[in-house]
Amino acid sequence: MEGKVALELRNITKTFGKIVANKNVNLKVYEKEVLSILGENGSGKTTLMNVISGIYAPEEGEIRINGEVVYISSPQDAFKYKIGMIHQHFKLVEVFTALQNIALILEKGQKYDLKEIRTSVKNICEKYGFEIDLDKKVYNMSVSEKQTLEIIKVLYRGADILILDEPTAVLTPQETKKLFAVINNMREDGKSIIIITHKLNEVMEISDRVAILRKGEYITTVSTKETNEKELTEMMVGKKVDLRIERVKTEIDKPLLEIRELSIKGDDGSKKIEDVSFYIRGGEILGVAGIAGCGQKELCEAIAGLRKIESGFIMHEGESLVGLAPKVIIEKGVSMSFIPEDRLGMGLAPNFSITDNMMLKTYAENKVYMIDEEELATYPKWKAFSIRAWVAIKTFFSRPFVDRKSARKKANKLIEKLEISTPSTETPVRRLSGGNIQKVLVGREIESSPNVIVTAYPVRGLDVNSSYLIYDMLNEEKRKGTGILFIGEDLDVMLALCDKIMVLCHGKNMGIVHASKTTKEEIGLMMTGSLNLSETKNKEYGKAKDSNLTEEEWQKQKEEAEKEGE
Amino acid sequence: MILLLQTAIRCSAAFIYGCLGEIVTEKSGHLNLGIPGIMCSGVAGGCLGVSVYMRSLQDPALASYIMIVLVGVLGAFLFAAALGAIYALLTVSLKCNQNITGLALTTFGGGFAQVVMDNFVKTSDSITRVNFSIASSKIASPLPFAENLGWFGQLFFSYGILVYLAIALAIVTAIIFNRTKIGLRLRAVGENPAAADAVGVRVNAYKYGAILIGAGIAGIGGFFYVMDVVQGLYESSGPIEAIGWLAIALVIFTLWKPNLAIIGSILFGALYMLPSFLDVPSQIVNALLTMVPYVATVVVLIVISVLDSKENQPPASLGLNYFREDR
Repeated sequence: MEGKVALELRNITKTFGKIVANKNVNLKVYEKEVLSILGENGSGKTTLMNVISGIYAPEEGEIRINGEVVYISSPQDAFKYKIGMIHQHFKLVEVFTALQNIALILEKGQKYDLKEIRTSVKNICEKYGFEIDLDKKVYNMSVSEKQTLEIIKVLYRGADILILDEPTAVLTPQETKKLFAVINNMREDGKSIIIITHKLNEVMEISDRVAILRKGEYITTVSTKETNEKELTEMMVGKKVDLRIERVKTEIDKPLLEIRELSIKGDDGSKKIEDVSFYIRGGEILGVAGIAGCGQKELCEAIAGLRKIESGFIMHEGESLVGLAPKVIIEKGVSMSFIPEDRLGMGLAPNFSITDNMMLKTYAENKVYMIDEEELATYPKWKAFSIRAWVAIKTFFSRPFVDRKSARKKANKLIEKLEISTPSTETPVRRLSGGNIQKVLVGREIESSPNVIVTAYPVRGLDVNSSYLIYDMLNEEKRKGTGILFIGEDLDVMLALCDKIMVLCHGKNMGIVHASKTTKEEIGLMMTGSLNLSETKNKEYGKAKDSNLTEEEWQKQKEEAEKEGE
Repeated sequence: MILLLQTAIRCSAAFIYGCLGEIVTEKSGHLNLGIPGIMCSGVAGGCLGVSVYMRSLQDPALASYIMIVLVGVLGAFLFAAALGAIYALLTVSLKCNQNITGLALTTFGGGFAQVVMDNFVKTSDSITRVNFSIASSKIASPLPFAENLGWFGQLFFSYGILVYLAIALAIVTAIIFNRTKIGLRLRAVGENPAAADAVGVRVNAYKYGAILIGAGIAGIGGFFYVMDVVQGLYESSGPIEAIGWLAIALVIFTLWKPNLAIIGSILFGALYMLPSFLDVPSQIVNALLTMVPYVATVVVLIVISVLDSKENQPPASLGLNYFREDR
């Protein structure tokens, strides 16, 4: 490799309590190159980058910049050595404009002159090809805009070594393309760029070299040209992995969840879902494709009973779910898990342990004491009776208490099954890494053995191995006859995993296609609204012929709804 | 009418100090519920300063105006800032719960002030009484040209220097918040300390600074109340704690804006003084009138939450301590 070494790490070790996040990591970054850091969730990628950028102090090891040993004990120090980090969770002040956020980094002696900052920021934008509205408040920005702002901030400060923590996890393919163009421009300009990611195709596309971490340990660095995706995965996971997704064949059942003519309003009062009809059968995975923010979230929330609907029907095995409390809907066997863009949000209490979080869902269930009827039959009558009475008493008195033991058992099962790395079942989930938190949430929803699973972005930001564990779990549920609504991002995955795919565009159903008969291009066209299959077909689109309700019954439902409306 | 306005404006300065101190503190992301106690300790500090100065003179009547104001304000500021330092140490460095620390300080501040006043200032002493009435008359003396301007002068120039200081402080604070690098950084610290930290702002330094200065300003408010509003009679300074609580409520009322703090304080001052002005014989009506400022605050809270505007919200990380290594 030609070029100068810009940054070198030697034997870096960082621990959090008993967890060893990084162990003897060695790394070199050259000038004018893009280095990918590849590793599974919890392999210590983010921690390592936080060490470089001064957020964490390493316990051992040294950092060299341009050959000299340096001590980076705070973000200021990092900036002094021209290291800039773009965090996975953006560090922006929401109520400030883009320009104010940039002005925040002014150093001592620099004048607070917004005009001057504006011109120099504009220069940076032109140089590298950024597009940004400097007077927009951050809370009005899309994720991609926020990210752009973060990068500009770092460049404005004059960074030569840029660290991007999972920059593409939340971007659309088009936005990713733009980002990569910018990264290439920066590389041409002589900057060193470190990208943390676990999307293999992106690694192959953008980086010159790849460093691999596994469970906090440094494995090796390879040149991108001399490797391939399969080899990288094996190094990352430490074993051979099958990269194919299986589409399980099952016997399809009657429709479990039928949705007709559903319209939902969003928080801002605009229609987020408009006249959408579809159904899910037992033993079937229905994918939902669409550009982010096309009503996916509202749809999920409506099904789970968290959001009021405008009009339409949500029928579960012939019974309406509209207007029911979320808890009742859960009891009927409908589970919903939504992984938001920032991945921390909905569904888990960060300060609770895994056990506690498991209990959040099951707290209302009472402890069940088993009676072995066969054994009981061999006992004399009075003994059998007293055993029954004892169990009844125990059950009665255990009512006010939550059942910790079984929750812990479930937590342990989940940890084992999904390979969640955590010191114990009692560690607060906020101490786990992002991917592990997500595994807990998705795992809990699937483990509650529902008959309809609504899951949105379950593998968002998960590494290859964990993603496949989730796919396997979904397939297993499918085999059991569960109906699954899978809202996803990655079209390749959806084409391989789902039976049918519904495409949403601005809240409208663009059509439902069989995954085995369609192409990525067709879905892409539908996502942007240029192709609408539902218009060309008849009016009954998305309505099951073998519905649980007869036409008369549907009619009756409609009339009732109208009456209520009055 | 003019008399009511005049009293309202005079009284409002106490609110401005308290409110402004709390705004500065809250902008750094710290909710200091110790303001009532801090204002009490401001009384102790200011009075101790004045008392020591006047006792050092041969003839208290010859005490200089500038020295009295200076010594009083400085004493009040320092004592209050000392309590602020305790709060900052506990919440910023030791990451204690802000609410509990603040409440503890409120209790502590009241008792502390009492001890200082009884043992060092000796308020029951006749010398002190005379000294304080002299000091008070100096501090509360109106601007010299007020008398020549009729009702206009009465309304705008008839107050002691500390009233003008309060208004000036509020305006200066507003300018600092909106127009300077320091203000920008301070706001960033209160909104998202992790973001501020990541760009190299010394988060803890800003927090300490804001808490100490905020407490100091609130302390001046206590001193002002004793010397100006109740004319140096420490015995009738009981309502200071109530004013402290109202000042905290006022922060919400004024949407964390120092400029609005002036107007809000005058309004609260008027509402606060209203019962004694109307002189309603009915106890119940009086009690209801006393409630008005609190009710107004609740109404504002509701209005803010209904409007759900992103602009007029408390600093995003208000009440949350910042751990850098937290995930």
